[in-house]
Amino acid sequence: MHIPDGYLSPQTAVPFVALMVPIWGAAIKKVQSDLKKREVPVLAIGAAFCFTIMMFNLPIPGGSSAHAVGAVLLAILLGPWPACIGISVALIIQALIFGDGGVIAIGANCFNMAVVMPWIGYLTYQLIRGKSDFLSTRAIAAAFIAGYIGLNAAALVTALEFGSQYHWFQAVDGTPLYFPYSVKVAVIAMMSEHLLFAGPVEGMVTALGTWFVARNYPALLTKKLTKRIEPDEMGVDNLV
Amino acid sequence: MFKNFKKLWMALGAFILLSPLGLIATGTAFGEWGTDQLPEEVGFVPAGLAKFAEFWSSSPLPDYGVPGWDGSFVQSAGGYVLSALVGAGLVILLISLFNKIVKE
Repeated sequence: MHIPDGYLSPQTAVPFVALMVPIWGAAIKKVQSDLKKREVPVLAIGAAFCFTIMMFNLPIPGGSSAHAVGAVLLAILLGPWPACIGISVALIIQALIFGDGGVIAIGANCFNMAVVMPWIGYLTYQLIRGKSDFLSTRAIAAAFIAGYIGLNAAALVTALEFGSQYHWFQAVDGTPLYFPYSVKVAVIAMMSEHLLFAGPVEGMVTALGTWFVARNYPALLTKKLTKRIEPDEMGVDNLV
Repeated sequence: MFKNFKKLWMALGAFILLSPLGLIATGTAFGEWGTDQLPEEVGFVPAGLAKFAEFWSSSPLPDYGVPGWDGSFVQSAGGYVLSALVGAGLVILLISLFNKIVKE
């Protein structure tokens, strides 16, 4: 899902960077005002986990590959704004250091995986979980569905960005200048891979991750219900 | 920063060590073909794409590998784990800057 440079026209890629600048600004402000100091390690570990989980390429029949992202898990644990920061940092490192995803395309990639995905996933989770307990079957199922839908929402937006290029930018002889397939082809290819393969894996990562944190660090998730988290509420190993 | 959340740190470490599992899938993701793969995958290299594809070519660990470490699975796996360590480390370093601006 990491769009490389060249697949989007500069006329498409650059506005996405311009769009991301105020979103990053708002996210930094939001994190600064809402995140507690003792939650910073969770954002750091969570973002590093997302970085790593994106390296687990899944083979797709037909010779392609896809991967989970972890953005919905991060959004459930800390909220969509911190998730936006965490995933953006991971994507920027991936582009600059590892050549995964373009540098001009960084705005589009962050919009897809650090904005669309965590927000859609977060809202889906809230809607389905309602007021049920974090470790209830309903909440775990909600996490699975939220991960599945969040990843597929990101895949759909990516496919539309890809495919639009084919219709908008062609050379005088009619050959595509950037992404070479139509919206229809892009949507079918991206969605079949993510609906059938990467989506269920994203769901599992989200459900297991939420379960793991809820079990070991219950106070982290319930922070919105308590005014202030005491150090010993953050988990047993906090006392070490 | 490092003394809390031991179980989360351990889980992260486990995933970093297991990352070479991601090398089992050798296919390129849809829409991420390199200019060297495009003639075979698509039939041609779009002119505009060719112009911008190499916009950034100074990645020190391209494709999560150490340049030259591609002779065997063990070499690729080593480069992959090293990349995961470097990448995760940089992400943690950058995010920990928030320690300076968030409240207690």
